[in-house]
Amino acid sequence: MKLQQIAIFMENKPGHLRTICRTLADAGVNITTLSLADTQQYGILRLLTDDSAKAQKSLTEAGFVVNVTEVLAVEVDDTPGGLLRILDIIGENEINIEYMYAFSHHREHMAVMVFRFDNPDKAITCLQNHDIKVLPAIDILKGSW
Amino acid sequence: MKTVTPQNRILDAEESMPREEMRSLQLSRLQKIIDYVKRVPYYAEKLAGVNGADITSLDQLSSLPFTTKQDLRDGYPYGFMAIPKDEIARIHGSSGTTGRLTFVPYSHTDLKNWTRLVSRFLVAGGLQPGNLVQISFGYGLFTGGFGLHYGVEATGAAVVPAASGNTERQIAILRDLQPDAIVCTPSYALTLGEAIRASGIKREDLNLKLGFFGGEPWSDEMRNRIEDDMGIFATDNYGLSEVIGPGAAGECIERNGQHFSEDHFLVECLDPDTLQPVPQGEKGELVITTLTKEGMPVIRYRTRDISSLHYEPCPCGRTGVRMSRVTGRSDDMLVIRGVNVYPTQIEEALLRVREAAPHYMIDVDRPDTLDRATVRVEILPEMFSASMKEMVNLREKIQKAINSVTGIRMEVELVAPQTLERFQGKAKRVTDRRPK
Repeated sequence: MKLQQIAIFMENKPGHLRTICRTLADAGVNITTLSLADTQQYGILRLLTDDSAKAQKSLTEAGFVVNVTEVLAVEVDDTPGGLLRILDIIGENEINIEYMYAFSHHREHMAVMVFRFDNPDKAITCLQNHDIKVLPAIDILKGSW
Repeated sequence: MKTVTPQNRILDAEESMPREEMRSLQLSRLQKIIDYVKRVPYYAEKLAGVNGADITSLDQLSSLPFTTKQDLRDGYPYGFMAIPKDEIARIHGSSGTTGRLTFVPYSHTDLKNWTRLVSRFLVAGGLQPGNLVQISFGYGLFTGGFGLHYGVEATGAAVVPAASGNTERQIAILRDLQPDAIVCTPSYALTLGEAIRASGIKREDLNLKLGFFGGEPWSDEMRNRIEDDMGIFATDNYGLSEVIGPGAAGECIERNGQHFSEDHFLVECLDPDTLQPVPQGEKGELVITTLTKEGMPVIRYRTRDISSLHYEPCPCGRTGVRMSRVTGRSDDMLVIRGVNVYPTQIEEALLRVREAAPHYMIDVDRPDTLDRATVRVEILPEMFSASMKEMVNLREKIQKAINSVTGIRMEVELVAPQTLERFQGKAKRVTDRRPK
């Protein structure tokens, strides 16, 4: 259920993102989705890829500071109140969201959000108890959820 | 209101003693101090077999051992004291690289001499009996406050011991008590000048005529600006607590270098690498031997201050050798907003935050009037988190650790690995872009 997110420390300098993408392309790693959090000085690039181990290895070898974090991909109803329902469950169970971002594509009436919870295991249980789908890595990668 | 150059006055005959006479006085005092310092175990060992009477020329100074800051630190707390504890009249201290102080004990005679030396440069810079002097130096272990305080009083002038900080109150004193002179660090003088302007007080509303500045390196541009801001005649003075404090040397109204009080100090200017004298007038490290100190005499103390010595006669009539402004250090110590900072302190601070100290660089500049220091830290994998909150926390923690180790606030920037310059051999951690 848990996905391996790759986070990369990025300086706010021209060409930095390009170098990261070049490194991943050369390693044959496909980026599934990404988000960028930035400050005046630096940014944190968060990626989901089709091969987190290979992504980590190639980026580390290229001199980047990389870390791997567990995140969840959660199916969200693509209707008004869809995200609200998830947040209600999370809130009632006193789980905190550290950050979240959206998936780049969706299917039928469902969208997918990526969440970093302070307690991923508890989040999985709570969401599943409410029949909310937490997507396994394999589905995400194949785009076949 | 224009800056007025004060009249030349000389306090002591020793200040204008013919050089030959001075050298002979120095030689006899050097002979005595060589025998005297052997009360200190360090010197008893280093000077074993050398007696004062063996020194028949000042040229023999070069055969005597050096004393370094590290030697003093190794002797913490009382290792270099040459008097019994019950003869101490006061103890001052100076900061070190790791927060540990070097304590400097003074005898009653030392305090008397020190006060006289401070009076010398105050008189040389134009202070008159009856003047009122605002002292905006810190009072405490730092030698600035107390050293200037007693020196001012001994000239017959009066003191407002405003001490450092609280700029608003400093300005209120300047405006309401109408002091004739101010004593502080040059960078604080600039801050005060700006604050005065911002508060709407005019130069004409103040009575300031003189400024005595020391405690950190400064430049002629800074002097011009301070003089312009406050309408004063500003002079520079030099000293370090390890040899006495302020008063080792000071400017006269000619302002062409700071006259050393050579009856109390033997000063050399050496190449910091070869430790051989540099040609007269060229830059080197000042090395000072105290000739009269009782509490903590030092032989050939390596000040690490880079300056030059000038022996040509000065129009003021003083014969004491003049040192140029300190232009740098032969070690990596930085003076930031008047505070001594060593790069190793940054390392210590980083180690407090994480077990491994990452590569770092210190940038110092002076965008306006105040020094600004920025520490750029290359982040290590174990420091990195995908959570922005943790990254912001990390930066704050580093900033707090630096503040607690160095005593000053620095900006902290996190940068990617391998982006800071690397150096062969000795790491160069500092880029100093302040105007010289």
